[in-house]
Amino acid sequence: MSPGRSGWARLSGLSDPARAAVWRQAISVGVATGAYGVSFGALAVAAGLSVAQACVLSLLMFTGGSQFALVGVVGAGGSSLAAVSTAGMLGLRNAFYGLQLSAMLRPRGARRMVAAAVTIDESTAVGTAQLTISPSRPELARLGFWLTAAAVFVLWNLSTLAGAVIGDRLGDPRRYGLDAAAAAAFLALVWPRLRTARPRVVALCAAAVALVLVPLSPPGVPVLAAAVVGVLGGWRPE
Amino acid sequence: MRLWITVLAASGLCYLFKLTGYLAPQGWLERPRVARIAAMLTVSLLSALVVVQTFGRGRGLVVDARVVALGAATVALLLRAPFIVVVLVAAVTAAAIRAAGWG
Repeated sequence: MSPGRSGWARLSGLSDPARAAVWRQAISVGVATGAYGVSFGALAVAAGLSVAQACVLSLLMFTGGSQFALVGVVGAGGSSLAAVSTAGMLGLRNAFYGLQLSAMLRPRGARRMVAAAVTIDESTAVGTAQLTISPSRPELARLGFWLTAAAVFVLWNLSTLAGAVIGDRLGDPRRYGLDAAAAAAFLALVWPRLRTARPRVVALCAAAVALVLVPLSPPGVPVLAAAVVGVLGGWRPE
Repeated sequence: MRLWITVLAASGLCYLFKLTGYLAPQGWLERPRVARIAAMLTVSLLSALVVVQTFGRGRGLVVDARVVALGAATVALLLRAPFIVVVLVAAVTAAAIRAAGWG
């Protein structure tokens, strides 16, 4: 090993294999998420948002499912109210992540405001996973959360910009299958949540309700109505 | 302008929900029912978005290249493909079908 490399390793704490593993995981999650930021940017522009609006969503909303949902409802011609409510309800799960992370990070003041902004599926998953992997080293969980948050934030925003600029130049989004890509994005987002019977039944009922309502109601309403299925589905214990 | 308000209002709402977790007194968010409903809300909204995005056109339902593309995406998911591959498979499938003159 060259002296330069070992100096860097000491500085970043990478000589510690557990810390190095956290770095590797954070960066790989960031790269994977960044890759689909391109599809978000392109889909947002295809749905009628400007490049700037797509970028502001990634900067300020910064929660993929809600961003795709807002763009989906806007693209289908839904009202602002439907778009905001759908995005909001999909972002509700982040409140539960915040609750877990609050105990783990114990952030105060400005740090807490920043922690909240980057509380998403990925940063929560990497951070809390460390609590199981190295229960005796809570600093690794904090490192995992902040590193993943930083990696995803930077790459998600850069790739959104790239996707939006590319999408802006493509012309007809249907010709490139971008409308089908949006459907596939939602399917890929819900897929890992369908491991047990209850969410599968909820998914099928919600899909059926939305399908029946498309011809009967204004755009945006079919998705909102499916929220009722979610509330009923979660009401009773197993 | 309307779109900007939508973008900013929705971003604000999503941030408020994120912050709620940090500010909420330990208690009501920990009720199992609230947690279950939040999890099922996510599942129900995403599932509804899948079908609306696959079959919807304005206020009508159509079967076109998107259905085949979603089938291809499902196969990719069953093969444990990563997110970006699933999305690309769907886009390429739909684009190829349309280039061939259908859907």
